[in-house]
Amino acid sequence: MSAFTTLVARDIRLAARSGGGAALALGFFALVATLVPLGIGADLNVLARVAGGVLWVGAVLAALLSLDRLFQGDYEDGSLDVIALSPLSLESVSLAKMLAHFLSTGLPLTLVSPLLALLFNLPAPATLTLFLSLLIGTPAVSAVGAIGASLTLSLKRGGLILPLLILPLLAPAVIFGSGAVSATLMGQSAMGGGDGLWLLLAFSAAACLLSPFAAAASVRLNLSS
Amino acid sequence: MIASLTAENLACARGDRVLFEGLSFRLERGHALAVEGANGTGKTSLLRLIAGFLTPRAGRLVVVSDHGQSDDGEERGKQIGWLGHQDALKPQLTVREQLEFFAALYSASPDFDSMLGQVGLTRQKDFPCRFLSAGQRRRLGLARLMVSARPLWLLDEPFAALDIEGQTMIADAMARHCAGGGMVIAATHDPLPLGQASIRL
Amino acid sequence: MQFLFRYANPGQFMRLSSVLLPFTAIAAALLLALGLFLGFTVPPDYQQGMTVTIMFIHVPAAIVAEGCYGLIAVLSLMALVWRHPLSDVMARAAAPLGALFTALGLITGSLWGRPMWGTYWVWDARLTSFLLLLFLYLGYLALWNAIEDETKAARAAAILALIGAVNLPIIVYSVEWWNTLHQGESIVSGKLAPVFLWPLLTMMAAYGFLFLTLWMIRVRTEIISRRAHSLMLSGALMPRGGL
Repeated sequence: MSAFTTLVARDIRLAARSGGGAALALGFFALVATLVPLGIGADLNVLARVAGGVLWVGAVLAALLSLDRLFQGDYEDGSLDVIALSPLSLESVSLAKMLAHFLSTGLPLTLVSPLLALLFNLPAPATLTLFLSLLIGTPAVSAVGAIGASLTLSLKRGGLILPLLILPLLAPAVIFGSGAVSATLMGQSAMGGGDGLWLLLAFSAAACLLSPFAAAASVRLNLSS
Repeated sequence: MIASLTAENLACARGDRVLFEGLSFRLERGHALAVEGANGTGKTSLLRLIAGFLTPRAGRLVVVSDHGQSDDGEERGKQIGWLGHQDALKPQLTVREQLEFFAALYSASPDFDSMLGQVGLTRQKDFPCRFLSAGQRRRLGLARLMVSARPLWLLDEPFAALDIEGQTMIADAMARHCAGGGMVIAATHDPLPLGQASIRL
Repeated sequence: MQFLFRYANPGQFMRLSSVLLPFTAIAAALLLALGLFLGFTVPPDYQQGMTVTIMFIHVPAAIVAEGCYGLIAVLSLMALVWRHPLSDVMARAAAPLGALFTALGLITGSLWGRPMWGTYWVWDARLTSFLLLLFLYLGYLALWNAIEDETKAARAAAILALIGAVNLPIIVYSVEWWNTLHQGESIVSGKLAPVFLWPLLTMMAAYGFLFLTLWMIRVRTEIISRRAHSLMLSGALMPRGGL
């Protein structure tokens, strides 16, 4: 196994062993999906119309839960020093951590989303678009989130400030993702999603390309103390 | 392989506070250097400078190796075996998993059983790290250091929390490392039992 | 670059700003008085009536708010690339002002919206991106305040500001895309009649000078407080009762 995959595998293993990382996010996601109908009423037509937005917002918030520990744990116990001195560049380290976060939260959230879409009476084509949009978009959540996590890694209460830093930056992902679902729902495009999915793909690709550099710069900054 | 490490007129500051300045030393392969000084004099900062985490306020650090001279911090970092005052251990991983992770990260493939035997952790090899005592954690740190196979060891208070046997173990490992052409720089309150050069901050 | 740096060390800045401050302050006050006078004496617009006067305090606030974020991004780049110490002091000093002008733009925009759209808030593309801009400012300020080590806070905030600056056009685009997806309407935009143009330009200049004045005062305050801080650390200046 290369150093890169070793780091990814280790982070996923750690996530699984500390309070079941993915399970926690999935539980949160399911609870949001349960509370919304309780809040806005059980009209299935209304629910189908808001499903894309609610599930997208729910997925982003659920992914946020474990994000603040992305670098913080390794920073606090000295592991980050040892990892930084390994043959991996800090850019690769950041990319590995983003990938591990996506695999242990974004991907499971994407996989259960069709199930929750069922509760919202979302038609099958729109459900497919939702699934695809989360598959394309949650890597961007991990990538942008990693920047926030690296900026707050030395803060005791970093988890509180992190959402304030990254949620405005993630607005485009939520807009394009849920917009694609709406477009499919309104039958605006035959092959579900239309522009939304393509724009989301562009946003996600840009985020995944640029974030490792920003996160690495910020980790480097935090190691210098 | 590193032939020598030279500090020229090194100065280090945290914020507005100058920790030390005008520090010069030269370390050849096969030798050890002890960094002594009271708390707050910048021992750890000096180690972090050498590791490339910090950049010096003034002066420079030059490494001479087979590839020529370099004063690049990140390049230097790839030559370094690091034992900080924290143990870099995850409570959720077992001793063996932890060591395997470090080995794979540093692209090394050692014989884990004999390595754990050397530091006296054979019995604990399947324990999660949260059950280790402070001294046992230190021993695992030493095993990681040996696994990393880096020429320049930087040790921050290597004897902290260790019993006599553990201290001898680390001292022996340092002596072996130097005898094999490696270099050791250790920050410590008490003098090292190696008969090496020392600087005081 | 050399030219810029010569005028950007703290001592030079203190001297330069002490000369400039009275002029910018007086210019801000005079232009503000003139602009408000002109603004309140314009003839009522045939479509919007007297509510058009809100434009004179709304539009300049929005422009200053946007320009301020750009300014912070440029200063952050200078701080990161050239390690220029005054840049992050200047960026930090600008941020609360930017947030304030953004809030002012949002509030006046919403007051303008009441007579025009019949509600205080519509999810108009421009208002929505301004709301997100306000959150960007708040996040930036929160990060500055959360990290205790000054140099570290400065560089972390600079990284965040640059990420925000790269993302801001995407945010604006996405909000416009979203807006056309959900609703077709937007503000009625006609060409501005000359009677409205002059008061607007005067108010823009007034806001510009107001920003410049407040910004210089904040930078001066920050420089002075840092000097006091380092004097205190070196023991030359003891607070009453010792440390």
